[in-house]
Amino acid sequence: MKRFKRTNDSHRDKIKQELFQFSKTVEHGFPHQPSALGHSSSLQLLAIGTRSGAIKLYGSPGVEFMGLHEENAAVTQVHFLPHQVELVTLLDDNSLHMWTLKGHKGVSELLEIGRFVLTGPPGALPSVTRVTAVLAHSSGELLLLGTEGGHVFVVEVPGFRELEERNISLEQVTSSVPDNYIGRRNLEHVEALQENPADSNQVVIGYGRGLLVVWDLKKHRPLQCICPSQSLESVWWTEDGGCILSSHTDGSFCRWTVGENNEEKSDTPYGTFPCKAISKIVELPTADGQPFLMFSGGMPRASYGDRHCITVIHGKNHVALDFTSRIIDFFVIREGPQLKGDPSALVVLVEEELVVIDLQADGWPVVQTPYLVPLHSSAITCSHHVSAIPLKLWERISAAGALQNTHYSKKLWPIRGGQNLAPDPPQRDLLLTGHEDGTVRFWDASGVCLSPVYKLSTAAVFHTDADPNDNMNHSTEGEWPPFRKVGCFDPYSDDPRLGIQKIHLCKYSGYLTVAGTAGQIMVLELNDEAAEQTVEAQVVDLLQGQEGFRWKGHTQLDVREDPVLFPPGFQPFTLVQCQPPAVVTALVLHSEWKLVAFGTSHGFGLFDYQQKKNVLVKCTLNPSDQLAMEGPLSRVKSIKKSLRQSFRRIRRSRVSLRKHHVNSAAKVHEANARLEAELAEMELAPVQRKIEARSSDDSFTGLVRVLYFAETFLMDSSHNTPSLWAGTNGGCVFAYVLHLPKVEHRGEEPITAQPAKEIQLMHRAPVVGVVVLDGHGTPLPEPLEVAHDLARSPDMHGSHHLLVVSEEQFKIFTLPKVSAKTKLKLTATDGSRVRKMGVAWFGSNRTEDYGETALLVLTNQGDVHAVSVPHIKMQVQHPCIRREDVSGIASCVFTKHGQGFYLISPSEFERFSLSTRCLVEPRCLVEVPASEGNCSQRRPQLEGPSSSQTSTCENEDPESSARRVMEHALLNDESEYEEQRSCLS
Amino acid sequence: MSRASQSRTPTRAAESVVEVKSKFEAEYRRFGLKRTVAGNFQEFYRFLQSIHHIRGMDVRLCYADIHGDLLPINNDDNFDKAVKSANPLLRIVIITKTDDDSMVFATNSLQRRKKVMTLPGLNPGATHSRGKSVPQIGPPQDFRQISSIIDVDILPEAYRRVRLHKHGTNKPLGFYIRDGVSVRVTPHGVEKAPGVFISRVVRGGLAESTGLLAINDEIIEVNGIEVAGKSLDQVTAMMVANSHNLVVTVKPANQRNNVYRGSKTSVGNTGSVGSAGSIGSALSHDSPSPASQSNPITASSSQAEGDSDDEDDEGDIILESDGLNPYSRDSARNGAAAAGRPFPQSVSMPNSMGASLSNSASYSQDRNHNHAGSSGRERMREDGNMITL
Repeated sequence: MKRFKRTNDSHRDKIKQELFQFSKTVEHGFPHQPSALGHSSSLQLLAIGTRSGAIKLYGSPGVEFMGLHEENAAVTQVHFLPHQVELVTLLDDNSLHMWTLKGHKGVSELLEIGRFVLTGPPGALPSVTRVTAVLAHSSGELLLLGTEGGHVFVVEVPGFRELEERNISLEQVTSSVPDNYIGRRNLEHVEALQENPADSNQVVIGYGRGLLVVWDLKKHRPLQCICPSQSLESVWWTEDGGCILSSHTDGSFCRWTVGENNEEKSDTPYGTFPCKAISKIVELPTADGQPFLMFSGGMPRASYGDRHCITVIHGKNHVALDFTSRIIDFFVIREGPQLKGDPSALVVLVEEELVVIDLQADGWPVVQTPYLVPLHSSAITCSHHVSAIPLKLWERISAAGALQNTHYSKKLWPIRGGQNLAPDPPQRDLLLTGHEDGTVRFWDASGVCLSPVYKLSTAAVFHTDADPNDNMNHSTEGEWPPFRKVGCFDPYSDDPRLGIQKIHLCKYSGYLTVAGTAGQIMVLELNDEAAEQTVEAQVVDLLQGQEGFRWKGHTQLDVREDPVLFPPGFQPFTLVQCQPPAVVTALVLHSEWKLVAFGTSHGFGLFDYQQKKNVLVKCTLNPSDQLAMEGPLSRVKSIKKSLRQSFRRIRRSRVSLRKHHVNSAAKVHEANARLEAELAEMELAPVQRKIEARSSDDSFTGLVRVLYFAETFLMDSSHNTPSLWAGTNGGCVFAYVLHLPKVEHRGEEPITAQPAKEIQLMHRAPVVGVVVLDGHGTPLPEPLEVAHDLARSPDMHGSHHLLVVSEEQFKIFTLPKVSAKTKLKLTATDGSRVRKMGVAWFGSNRTEDYGETALLVLTNQGDVHAVSVPHIKMQVQHPCIRREDVSGIASCVFTKHGQGFYLISPSEFERFSLSTRCLVEPRCLVEVPASEGNCSQRRPQLEGPSSSQTSTCENEDPESSARRVMEHALLNDESEYEEQRSCLS
Repeated sequence: MSRASQSRTPTRAAESVVEVKSKFEAEYRRFGLKRTVAGNFQEFYRFLQSIHHIRGMDVRLCYADIHGDLLPINNDDNFDKAVKSANPLLRIVIITKTDDDSMVFATNSLQRRKKVMTLPGLNPGATHSRGKSVPQIGPPQDFRQISSIIDVDILPEAYRRVRLHKHGTNKPLGFYIRDGVSVRVTPHGVEKAPGVFISRVVRGGLAESTGLLAINDEIIEVNGIEVAGKSLDQVTAMMVANSHNLVVTVKPANQRNNVYRGSKTSVGNTGSVGSAGSIGSALSHDSPSPASQSNPITASSSQAEGDSDDEDDEGDIILESDGLNPYSRDSARNGAAAAGRPFPQSVSMPNSMGASLSNSASYSQDRNHNHAGSSGRERMREDGNMITL
């Protein structure tokens, strides 16, 4: 018997392996806290480093790579090695890392291949080796590292071999500085390192104090010293090699001619009054002669010091691009076969988004980004995923979206590196995100690139405090500086009540319902034409005369009475406002029955949107639940309260101190003693948890967690009827039988709802899911799914079952007579609680035609479980989200095919998959650039000088003595020293 | 003492009259009892003996409380309580004392008793032959059990497994837990590991009243599942989820009160499991009813499906049709008689009928009737289980 069972188990295990497989596949959105930007013109790749130590590479849409540094330090600089597939990152902890894109099974992988830390002499200050500037030499073999101590170290890559004889020490530089230079004593750190584009043997070293030294790498000596009077911010060597531009902390920049020792031109663009520093300056030539000059910063300190600007000047065109967040870095993409032509696009990385400006079209419009979109342009408040969108609906939404994007440039995405090898997505998926400002954004979630499709704003229906004329974008003529607002990151919400809390889209009918923070529920219809209409609001009182209730929360939103012009797309035609205007916590739409059900912490309602009539209201409020009786579900309030209290306490103590300042010293003493005692008490009291059975008087037991429509056997086993199910926080499930009139009388005859069942779960845990299983044990299909021939019609012959998922257990009840059949306990066995639940279909990766339906569950421990249906047996379990990441767990949504999304930061979705068949992950190939010949030509060129250089070095006494110091600074490892010696000789 | 009337249809309107249904073996008697009149136990006892025609027989009276637990009536106070808690029906069960000596008024004892009764087929002759002279040895009888120490025979001596019966008491469980450092003696020396400890015991709570749990006791298992490696929040969730029937294995901070088995006297942490010389549970006052299971120390998945399972299911309250017609499966299974209309079987059965036969017959009849009643969605009032929402 036992043996028999085991073979059965192993068979099941095999099936499990064919069905389930967990992987985190791709990160969508914009990296949180970017800290560095890199670009390879030869690979056409863009690299972003973040403060958490991640490095992300992006090329053409679908081409993306991600790496994570072991050290949890911020990436401060990213540099691609010219004409190679390697890149170097500098971290906050002063370590350098070498990454490469390695081909493996036809796709490229981002791998870390080396790690390096500059070592100083035994007693040296850490500043000697603290890297502040990095130059990846165009030879592709050298890395020049400028340090805080003012030295420049030369390192051979990719092996990170220190070439100590080629180091440029501070002493070598100071000896060549003119005696009258004011900052001679202290040059400060190396601020900038730039290579002469015309002669790769020349580099300019810029020191913090302002000194610029043009150094000849071949002859190992300074060629020229330039002594600006201001502290240095950045250096740019013009294309022809003739000029050096330096930008300074006082908002000025200077142009210096190489070879001559006089300042050619100094300019403070936003001058006269004190200005902020110009942190980076770039000048690029064009075919028509007028160069493009771009610089960041330099704004007048007093009036515009808080703006984040990049100024672009080309001939008469002068624009100060005004970004909504801090500028991290920018670069320019150039045209032409050698990418040496006219600038075509300006790529700016700001703290919250990536903005690409088309420099070739008139007015320099913004190019729409296919990836790295700021999901959080307004904070995400909820998300909803819809799989397998019918083509027709997809096209209509896309068309509506295209009309919104006319202000974007027509230019193709200019970053085109790599090949996307991922197969075309099998279906069209939409991810809908609700935002704090009342918008719903539609994202194409079919593939690796999460790209925006359409944006819906619900704010137009209401009166808001914001004045519509208060548009930052319109600039008055002749304004100086000539600002232009760019970017879409705008975290400031006009009215938090507009926030979207729940979304439900019917993909077959194109009906959408959204619900918000102030108890507003809207039903919207997709219309291809613009329409002007008035949206009438229906107020639904969920309290039903419950006494003793005081609503202390926000008021309901003011609805506009006058007609509003709605652009093509989703247009609201029904608005329900709950009273009290609490956050909507559950929402479901049945487009076939034309009904929408909604719930708040006070109760739930059922609304007929065809007749625009309320059908049912049920108050679930428990009169002994004080918290729910009093106000909105908000933790902020209590924080505010406690803050207020503590402020009051402080003020009181201050007042009392002032009053009795005679013996104030004693009072202070006393107060301090009391504070200390309090602190000690706080430290002594450990974190403890109360063990208590849940009672019906717990807080928010009436909060409606889930609403569900089903056509099932609720009254008797021979007639199936439409039904509405509602589950509450207090472990209660309500079921209603709905009587729908015949289709021909649907417009006139009223719909009625009659209470049929009520289940009070003994363990009183919040109900998070209600699903009705048909005779085959599969969940009922979505409304209209059968009508569109997309799902098998449910089995109405066998007996139906009710699956109730609470935070603590899964339970199957029989229908129509409700009695418990089977259950699976989760919390009682491992202490985790269900946070999110979804029903998904898993296809086998071995045979095309085998698949199973399973429940996907995310627990408060951050684990993802798959639970079989209808036997409710645990199948697989994988850790997915850190348990401390509460917002990540709260944001998780599941797809119908075993994938899921959750927020890893306010701006990024992580996509994961539990399915073996449905996997969306990047598969891309980046090849070593074709201009390899160019590179190999240069190599021998450099080989020669390096050997001649050593000979010149040995002849010069003072230099060699300095070198010895450097040797000590660099090599305290004897064996390595010997090795290098042998290499050189 | 109130006038007993053999009325078969109780007066529904009169609030002052309590409807009583008393049962002895397979026989039922229904009568009314004035609620206002203070009860006299002795009178009531004699009265019952008379209406059941069992004068002179030594019997014990029990009643079913709202949770379906069988509780004793043996003095004026608890008789008074029984009358008060009747809502609206007072169900009395009369047991011959020799019948079931081990009977304890535990959780769900009504149901357990039923199982016992139906199984051996009630052989009165056998029980009588045992003789009455045998002194009672065993757990105290006229108390409701709220806690017990269980599995003493299989647990290491340093551990204590405590069962708290939350079900049926209004007392809060009343304790708090915290994170801490547990010190274990291993062959390699003293080892420190994170552990979960009781941090506070609330005055007047269940945990305090049992005296079995104390501050700084280390929690080892919750309902048979080891807590090692679990976070404080997980352990909290597990305990709350099992709160209606919580079995906690603790390592008491005070090791002096431990139970020592056989010759083993060492208070080592590595006490062998299941030593041969296991004596009965000296401290345990757990009922040896069939439903009480002992969980072995090694955790296995099946343990979660302990006896708490049944109770849990029983607990779900299902209201059919509408909120006015409460219907609980729990009591339906217990063979609850409905009060809405007269039941034919409530008429006293001929005493001469074979006890076991009539017993089972009446049960099946009773149950059948209940099913019919519920599926027909007739108006039914549950005795003692009125749900207010």
